[in-house]
Amino acid sequence: MGYAEAGFNLEIDLTRGSIERVPTDPGLSKLYLGGLGTNAKILWDRVPPEVEPFAPENLLIFGTGLLVGTPAPGCNRTIISTISPQTKLMAYSMMGGFWAPELKYAGYDKVVFRGKSPELVYVYIHNDKVEIRDASHLRGKGAVETQELIRKELKDPNVQVAAIGLAGENRVFTASIEQGRSSASRLGIGAVMGDKGLKAIAVRGTKDVNIAKPAEYMELCNDVLKYISDREEKPVPGVMPILAGLGSPQEMLHTDEKWHTENFSWGNSRTRRKEFWTKEIEEKWTETQENARTRLISCYNCPMKCGAIISLPGMSTYMMKCFSKLTYNMAAFVDDLDFGFRIAQRATEYGVDGFSTPQIMAFAFELREAGILTDKDFEGCPDDNEGKFYWLLDRIVRREGIGNILADGTHWAAQHIGNGAEAYAHNNIKKHEQLPLKLGMLNPIYFLMYCTGEKLNITQIEGQFPQAPFPTMEEREEFVKDWVHVPDEKFKQYLLDWEMRGENSNPYYPTVDMSVDIVDWQEKMHYIDDALGMCAGLSSFPLKPPYHIHNYPKFISAATGMEIDEDGLATIYKRNRNLIRAINVRRGLKREDEKPPEDHWRKRFPELEEQLLDAYYKFKGWNEQGVPTKESLHELGMDYISEDLEKRGILSYE
Amino acid sequence: MSKAMKKVKVIKIDVDKCNGCRACELICSAFHASPKYSSNNPERSRIRLIRDPIKDIYLPVYAGEYTPAECTGRNKYVIDGKEYNECDTCRASCPARDLFKEPDSGLPLKCDMCDGEEEPMCVKWCLAKALTYEEREEEREEEPQLGEMEIGLESLVNRHGLQKVMDTVARLSKKG
Ligand code: SF4
Ligand code: SF4
Ligand code: SF4
Ligand code: SF4
Repeated sequence: MGYAEAGFNLEIDLTRGSIERVPTDPGLSKLYLGGLGTNAKILWDRVPPEVEPFAPENLLIFGTGLLVGTPAPGCNRTIISTISPQTKLMAYSMMGGFWAPELKYAGYDKVVFRGKSPELVYVYIHNDKVEIRDASHLRGKGAVETQELIRKELKDPNVQVAAIGLAGENRVFTASIEQGRSSASRLGIGAVMGDKGLKAIAVRGTKDVNIAKPAEYMELCNDVLKYISDREEKPVPGVMPILAGLGSPQEMLHTDEKWHTENFSWGNSRTRRKEFWTKEIEEKWTETQENARTRLISCYNCPMKCGAIISLPGMSTYMMKCFSKLTYNMAAFVDDLDFGFRIAQRATEYGVDGFSTPQIMAFAFELREAGILTDKDFEGCPDDNEGKFYWLLDRIVRREGIGNILADGTHWAAQHIGNGAEAYAHNNIKKHEQLPLKLGMLNPIYFLMYCTGEKLNITQIEGQFPQAPFPTMEEREEFVKDWVHVPDEKFKQYLLDWEMRGENSNPYYPTVDMSVDIVDWQEKMHYIDDALGMCAGLSSFPLKPPYHIHNYPKFISAATGMEIDEDGLATIYKRNRNLIRAINVRRGLKREDEKPPEDHWRKRFPELEEQLLDAYYKFKGWNEQGVPTKESLHELGMDYISEDLEKRGILSYE
Repeated sequence: MSKAMKKVKVIKIDVDKCNGCRACELICSAFHASPKYSSNNPERSRIRLIRDPIKDIYLPVYAGEYTPAECTGRNKYVIDGKEYNECDTCRASCPARDLFKEPDSGLPLKCDMCDGEEEPMCVKWCLAKALTYEEREEEREEEPQLGEMEIGLESLVNRHGLQKVMDTVARLSKKG
């Protein structure tokens, strides 16, 4: 009997229609934990760099984190990994909700898909019974609708379904995978699922998940619950509401959107509207949101309620979380929040990433204004801002006309369109659309995270260290008082000395070395979360979360029986960090790709930026190209990587 | 029968506060695992969440008595514009459905109010306070309570017939 893990993976070959139940190697958990770590190991071993995202040899892996299905609150992530059609690098996207725990209860740690089904199918996993079933009747159905239809078909309301919509079926590069209140939406993994002819995966599990040291584990879990309750009573003062508490940004709860609407850019990430949030808008938006929201809802075993059920007259109900309530409004320059909730309903059924997709549309209308795209490309498109966006969303998802080009995202669309269109795809890193945020002074910590983050999505790289200095020493002292989360006392000093202005302020403070330290800590927490299946909202993302580097080893030991301490955990993090880096450098990632959008900050410091990158690479044990060195890989017991990189000429023999 | 004051344990269920997290299911099953907390499996829980997000139905239901036969008539309730089936609101471990049965043996499950704990575990883990606990005094006629073993046996008898159960027990005791 295994602890915490199920001990089996499902291997499903969609070309041949074969299903295998394969015992996992317990040794791998000791090296990579699980979730993202073991997903990456499979991709390294089995998907060589020649494999294109839409090749049958590309794998699509649905992994549960190591502690998913155990009583640890908030531990419910499905980690989906594949090769991204957007970036051609490794994609990993997480979803909360209920799917991963259900898979654990069904007796599996992962489902690994390969090949392509000639017909549209869905997979039904019910404990030991696994079937590939016809999904031709689900073709073109919405992602939410599909989940409901499958539950009815299987006559089981407790089946958890992850599904794609029309966008995934049509291999739109921003297609998501949707599941109840959650979605895995970044980097086009829904397109890979569609390419494989896989409409949905339905799971039902009624087996036990075991714990090695039950009493100890339960005490740790109870401490976390108590901490969450206490922490909810004590929001961090001096930061904006969505950063003050725990959880994903509480966008469904809070109606005050002054910060987002005035600091983020509208349109194609261009215009800041500094006077947007008037009394009148505030009242109107509050009313709209309160009417639309039927209930605040949580993921499996988590009290945080980051999502909401959204019900508006004249359309079917769906669920939403986070920032997507604003992205369509802001991209389309629509001041009525009702539009945001309504178009998001259609977009959720289509199954598209609510961050990138509105940006693509804003980019297209800018190209039209600039005369690079013409009225002919937009034949039949209404004139009003709302109508325009609905029209273009339909074209993109159906890949009709100009929509077929735009469906590949701003980077590839710009390449295709040419004529100077590239300059309009101005907000990408490594071909991936970024948040529409444009700022003044370079922030050295964020510079590093934007450049080097393998996740390519800042909200899933940042966290732990405040985003800005506190104005007064009293506030700083107050903040560090109960800051038990720091891996080392020095971080407190970094924060105490950080000023808004003067010598100890951005961009030269935190210094290069401090910035590298801070980024390493933030990354570490995300990598551990993604291996354990923990929601970032209770760990790596918010300030002062219940989980941290000091209690994680205890959780892992008590759940699995594996002996591990902070150093051991740090080594696993390094291993996973290097593994994913290696997958990407093997796929051609270079130092020159590691840069933020040119206009992200108005004030840039080229020399300092080079120093930051140099120092970061060095700290990681990478060469000046950002490639892990033979020595550092050897130290981590990963000679298999350096051998491969040497063979391919990415690391040179020395 | 004599009358006596009895403590009645009450869990108040405020469905409006439920966020659908199913922590109650998880912790109930963990608490009743043996050894305690050594495993969890919501299917073994004595509280289950009847859940249909699209219809905004979130209804935590506690396992009550075992029943050998399903109801002939099953009504529908409309509360706040939402339609519930009789079985949604019912606590029985009943042949009509999978709820409240041990997944491997099919034996009925029944909420025991976490006897011996200060506060029921599901209440403790429901930070949303959809479940709250109170105790109430009530005057009652005393009646013998069926133990867990008796409930289990009764359901086996109902399912397989008394003779078969007795034969099996006799056979098992011989094996010793
Ligand atoms: S914090 Fe929010 S997003 Fe994270 S598991 Fe809890 S409810 Fe889900
Ligand atoms: S723990 Fe509370 S909020 Fe969560 S499902 Fe159970 S009753 Fe609802
Ligand atoms: S579950 Fe309850 S309501 Fe439904 S048939 Fe059985 S006893 Fe009747
Ligand atoms: S009171 Fe105890 S036995 Fe009853 S449902 Fe709650 S946790 Fe389970």
